Amino acid sequence: MSILVNKDTKVIVQGFTGKEATFHAEQCLAYGTQIVGGVTPNKGGQEHLGKPVFNTVKEAVANTGATVSMIFVPPAFVGDAVMEAADAGIELAVIITEGAPVKDMMYAKAYATKKGMMTIGPNCPGIITAEECKLGIMPGFIFKKGNVGLISKSGTLTYEGANQVVKEGFGITTAVGIGGDPIIGLSYKQLLPMFENDPETEAIVMIGEIGGDLEIQAAQFIKENITKPVVAFIAGQTAPKGKRMGHAGAIVSGSAGTAAEKMAALEAAGVKVVKSPAEIGKAVAEVLANKK
Amino acid sequence: MNIHEYQAKQIFKEYGVPTPRGIVANTPDEAVEAAKELGGNIWVVKAQIHAGGRGLGGGVKLAKSIDEVRELADQILGMTLVTHQTGPEGKVVHKVYIEEGADIQDELYLGVVLDRAKEMPVIMASTEGGMEIEKVAAETPEKIVKVAIDPAIGFQGFHGRELVFGLGITDKAEQRKFIDFASKLFKIYMDKDVELIEINPLIKTGAGDFLALDGKMGFDDSALYRHPEIEAMRDITEEDPAEREAGEHGLSYVSLDGEIGCMVNGAGLAMGTMDTINYVGGTPANFLDVGGKATAETVAKGFEIILRNPKVKSIFVNIFGGIVRCDRIANGILEATKMVDVKVPVIVRLDGTNAPEAAEILRNANIENVISATDLLDGAKKAVAAAKGEL
Repeated sequence: MSILVNKDTKVIVQGFTGKEATFHAEQCLAYGTQIVGGVTPNKGGQEHLGKPVFNTVKEAVANTGATVSMIFVPPAFVGDAVMEAADAGIELAVIITEGAPVKDMMYAKAYATKKGMMTIGPNCPGIITAEECKLGIMPGFIFKKGNVGLISKSGTLTYEGANQVVKEGFGITTAVGIGGDPIIGLSYKQLLPMFENDPETEAIVMIGEIGGDLEIQAAQFIKENITKPVVAFIAGQTAPKGKRMGHAGAIVSGSAGTAAEKMAALEAAGVKVVKSPAEIGKAVAEVLANKK
Repeated sequence: MNIHEYQAKQIFKEYGVPTPRGIVANTPDEAVEAAKELGGNIWVVKAQIHAGGRGLGGGVKLAKSIDEVRELADQILGMTLVTHQTGPEGKVVHKVYIEEGADIQDELYLGVVLDRAKEMPVIMASTEGGMEIEKVAAETPEKIVKVAIDPAIGFQGFHGRELVFGLGITDKAEQRKFIDFASKLFKIYMDKDVELIEINPLIKTGAGDFLALDGKMGFDDSALYRHPEIEAMRDITEEDPAEREAGEHGLSYVSLDGEIGCMVNGAGLAMGTMDTINYVGGTPANFLDVGGKATAETVAKGFEIILRNPKVKSIFVNIFGGIVRCDRIANGILEATKMVDVKVPVIVRLDGTNAPEAAEILRNANIENVISATDLLDGAKKAVAAAKGEL
């Protein structure tokens, strides 16, 4: 088991024939992901990476039965692409593109929600179900199959966390990079119950950062609903106030959204909070040992 | 990207948001000309920097004669203004805004920001203008009226009514004026891809008119490509030169106070690296995200920028190679050390794709001050030890 995607998930790629999309789609195919086609306007009817190209998402869905879309279009077209996917009946859109205007995502997310489409990202590494389905730009080989679910705002911290879990002798069920933009799709609060209900997942790693209050909401949710052990790290304890740390969402304003505040809320919810990402692996080993 | 008060007020004027009349000046002579053109017998001389708290720092002064305008402009232009938002080093004032005096009866606050939880813009208004809104939020949150606006329907009459009744504005003419003011501000927020717009104070005059006495605006950097008129307002003297130079090379850099230079791929891991240095008893000198492409050129540029800070005693390069192969990064680091004269110890931790090959490359190169680390914790410890001269 896993969450959201597995070996049977049929995927299309929006912006399929672009350079980045081509490179990463090729890697995903090599990992075993069932990419069944892609969309690039005006290239419909061609073949790319041995898969059919369509002009519109509707055509792609009608011809391939895809339920998930991986979006690689340039930032200015992300809003449009997300809404097209939602309109075509896609169930989950994974948005890799970095630098999408916040306003575009505001409209796109509202429309996706109305159409019942889930989104992941933007500006994220994607989602991977270990040894089954990789949808994104993460290095697949570090995600060995196992019993730990992972949710992270940051790309490279996802790899760092997964790598440590594997080095401790465990593995990953599904890892989701939710992205660090001001408006994102699925977040801790939606993903935590999925892991709670996944019989294979025995522990959850949650990696957050300064800015916003998603981690605070997650802490409250964990307290009330999650019985599996959770390990958390919040990046940015040493970040100065008001400075941007790469991600548009990571701005500390006043007391809201500091690392200290988030860490305290998670600890109060019974989460094992580590002060350095270097401690994630050990903490997972510890909570899993305590469980048995 | 942020802009100055005088620029924000230009935008306000285009949209019909009432502001006092004013003219920007670069020299005391220009300030005098501006005051004469505005007329009247009272003027405000306002330092133009991208930070709040200018009044308390001595950057906003009242002049009651043309001579006083010259005197104050002379005093403020070129001064280093320190406020709670500039940091202790302060900011040098290059421009002043000369504004006509206003008849202030009440001071209010009005702002528009993104409510991340609701995923829509929220208008915030308060009768407690002239104070830091963060302070009002902390001490008397009931005095802030918040009205979230679904962009799908835009600013409607009921939003306006919620605002004026929330603020206790009872006069019907004043209600109409305030609602008109707020709806125009919301239109600016949406039209220009604004990240934050704040008017503090927004004043009510003795005649019952509302005027934007201040204006603070920040824009979504990702949307600047479709607003060349905003991009043209960029004031590079307001930006940290090192941060700007890094940005031009695809690096994201923020300088900090510590001793250990950091070069990392990915914003989250970069923050995590700083946190780990702190965790093992050191202090990070900077945040530096080299992004997805850690080539010899970007690494060399990163070294160059980090080493300009004289406090740096060691550098920790922490790369988790995903799609980027570690062996290529190792070669990049070696090339970079030839391009930039790096005298401090460089601790290198490369993990992920082709990590063993990378370790081999660094070992064979055998450069005295390039030291390999096995993982994040080991690297952080070595960087801290090196900074103390104990490695």
